[in-house]
Amino acid sequence: MAAHSTAAFTADDFKGPGDTPVFHDAEGKHHPEGGTMLGFWLYLMSDCLIFAALFAVYAVLGRNYAAGPSPKDLFDLKLVALNTSMLLFSSITYGFAMLAMEKESQGRMQLWLAVTGLFGLCFIGLELYEFQHLIHEGATPQRSAFLSAFFTLVGTHGLHVSLGIVWLVILMVQVQMRGLGTENKRRLMCLSMFWHFLDVVWIGVFTFVYLMGVL
Amino acid sequence: MFSNPDLQKLLFGRLTLDAIPLHEPILLVTFAMVGLGGLVVLGGLTYFRLWGPLWRDWFTSVDHKKIGIMYIVLALVMLLRGFADALMMRAQQAMAFGDVEGYLPPHHYDQIFTAHGVIMIFFVAMPLVTGLMNFVVPLQIGARDVAFPFLNNFSFWMTVAGAITVMASLFVGEFARTGWLAYPPLSGPAMSPGVGVDYYIWALQIAGIGTLLSGINLIATIVKMRAPGMGMMRMPIFTWTALCTNILIVAAFPILTAVLAMLSLDRYVGTHFFSNDLGGNPMMYVNLIWIWGHPEVYILILPAFGVFSEITATFSRKRLFGYASMVYATVVITILSYLVWLHHFFTMGSGASVNSFFGITTMIISIPTGAKIFNWLFTMYKGRIDFDVPMLWTIGFMVTFTIGGMTGVLLAVPPADFVLHNSLFLIAHFHNVIIGGVLFGMLAGITYWFPKAFGYKLDPFWGKTSFWFWLTGFWFAFMPLYILGLMGVTRRVQHFDDPSLQIWFVIAAFGAFLILLGIASFAVTLVVSFLKREELRDVTGDPWNGRTLEWATSSPPPDYNFAFTPVVHDHDAWWDMKKRGYTRPLSGFQKIHMPRSTATGLILGVLSIVFSFAMIWYIWWLAALTFVALTVVTIGHTFNYARDFYIPVDEVVRTENARTALLAERV
Repeated sequence: MAAHSTAAFTADDFKGPGDTPVFHDAEGKHHPEGGTMLGFWLYLMSDCLIFAALFAVYAVLGRNYAAGPSPKDLFDLKLVALNTSMLLFSSITYGFAMLAMEKESQGRMQLWLAVTGLFGLCFIGLELYEFQHLIHEGATPQRSAFLSAFFTLVGTHGLHVSLGIVWLVILMVQVQMRGLGTENKRRLMCLSMFWHFLDVVWIGVFTFVYLMGVL
Repeated sequence: MFSNPDLQKLLFGRLTLDAIPLHEPILLVTFAMVGLGGLVVLGGLTYFRLWGPLWRDWFTSVDHKKIGIMYIVLALVMLLRGFADALMMRAQQAMAFGDVEGYLPPHHYDQIFTAHGVIMIFFVAMPLVTGLMNFVVPLQIGARDVAFPFLNNFSFWMTVAGAITVMASLFVGEFARTGWLAYPPLSGPAMSPGVGVDYYIWALQIAGIGTLLSGINLIATIVKMRAPGMGMMRMPIFTWTALCTNILIVAAFPILTAVLAMLSLDRYVGTHFFSNDLGGNPMMYVNLIWIWGHPEVYILILPAFGVFSEITATFSRKRLFGYASMVYATVVITILSYLVWLHHFFTMGSGASVNSFFGITTMIISIPTGAKIFNWLFTMYKGRIDFDVPMLWTIGFMVTFTIGGMTGVLLAVPPADFVLHNSLFLIAHFHNVIIGGVLFGMLAGITYWFPKAFGYKLDPFWGKTSFWFWLTGFWFAFMPLYILGLMGVTRRVQHFDDPSLQIWFVIAAFGAFLILLGIASFAVTLVVSFLKREELRDVTGDPWNGRTLEWATSSPPPDYNFAFTPVVHDHDAWWDMKKRGYTRPLSGFQKIHMPRSTATGLILGVLSIVFSFAMIWYIWWLAALTFVALTVVTIGHTFNYARDFYIPVDEVVRTENARTALLAERV
């Protein structure tokens, strides 16, 4: 809500002439900071708890194979490594986009965002290929509690990345329409937090589900 | 209906005419009454030409005061539904002994106790708490609105959508027969194949989104938007409890979302999270839902503690005793509330050491809670106590809640819990703390802040009548349940064989009847007060000689709350201002930056209702359609950059001059 005044409410403003206390902000100097970053960060933490619950469920159910396939039978680490690199690269390119934004270079930023989106699409594509392959082999979410937990944890992450890609496209359109104003910059910062957050969650998935499952 | 069953399935999923309970006379009568009541309300709105104002000033408003009031209206309406369920259960249990079967068949009775629990927690207690926080917090911290005004309106409509979904189950299909937490495998696809559990899941998921977003919103508001000078240790206690409650909301509700999503997958997709076969683990559900569920009870009670703190200080005409200890006690309760969830199922059999850990953490919570009780008592000690209605609720709470707390500590002892688990003793305990704590707190809060919201006080005679009926009704209704629980009577029973138990259930039913009179008196209070509003008018904006900033502005406050942002030097900011001879500024007003109204929240709420209905009845085309519509409306909303406007100086001057004239008239 702070856009129209430059002066800020400082420590000097608490006392009026001759040390009489000031009880109201007569000049309208007080402008609360925008809460968007904090609010979005809080949302991310709440989302993190959803993942925490899914990780916890995987920890409990992850070995309940019900005489079905186990991680060793199913996971192809090379494919997952390729997939992971896609997501990690996309985080770097999103970082480049933000650097370009700081330099007010809209064209470069859009380019890096597009690259980020493509890496994201590759990630989702590989994940869908993996899922399709598993289901084809009979390792469906209905086969065992382990597979239910696996598909739900990895799928929820994939759903988030897909949502991130949709959001990214919308933001690119909005930047094209309205340039790099305060609002759009704030939105790009939020998506940045979201994108890196998903990267961190994926590192957890990669380690906890794939590496520890196979090695 | 259709000659082609495939076509019917495609169009209507599993929804058929049989889903309308035409064979249930109780439901038909209810439906007729609701329909009639609805027609009267709609007709009245049309006759008095209120649709326009209702739409402009309320439904699409992003003003935190309006949204707060709408939350409370929702809660009071749902209280009538939840209480009707309670009366039906009390009546059934008072009569169904031996050869008498009572009037409720088991499948109906089971739906009623499930609906009662779900509605009272999610659609009465939660909206009361959220509504009160929404109304009071920005005023107490000297802000003009919450951090995300649109999100606030959206949260409200999601809560309404959840409530409407639950209500729809009454007339189309059925509600869950599982108890309010829907434990699997009973709530799984094999044992509950009908739509009841799906109604439960979708109602809670939709309302849960609203609750979570409103939690984020209020945290950001409290952290970022306090008036200059209001450090953390100068926040009013109600704001402190609101902060802790919202932190709990953000830290607990995602678990509910996740666990209900997994239950949905078990039901819709056939996964094996909580099934008995193929590696599923039902106790996983019970653990997860209580990791949400235990913080939830503190989400409800902390704001009530905040209300009592404000009221005790105001009506004892004293500074709150032990402000800092009150803050620390609140924070300690917030943290401890995460370390006790397992006490809800000691009988799971997790072993002596695990049970001891959770038993001890549970008992430890009574220490900060006890500290709070003593703080209130010491605040009253040597105070000049005014026994206005809010103070009566507070004293009634202190006595009632302390008893409930003590039975809670009793249940925290694992060996005792093995005897009392799932008995009526437990039912008596949690009603003791939820009615005696949360509900008394919210009714006290409503009475206390009503003049701020509407500009006139509530009638004290009917307020006192309501209080005494509630208090005595509570004791009559629940003390017998303690006794029955100690005798070993379990909860959720529709029929009894042993006639010697009947007298206790009859007493409990009499208690419920007294509570009915309490609720009726509260309704009378609202009507009588409205009729006598000129007599009860509050011109000063400070009818109780209050201590915190909400009393510094007019009643009801202008849209912008404060013409000038207050500057704070003490935690009783307004008391401090009055004491030091503060005079209200009469000139120098400026234009004020405000958020703009929007209908997006309402549209998303309506679409969510249709979406969840389609999911419940397997009407896939409609679900897909509404899902797309939800997405399009949400994305469309992000293309709207014109979200704010300025209230021009002239209008601020006009509003403030009118107040100056009113105040002058009074002197």
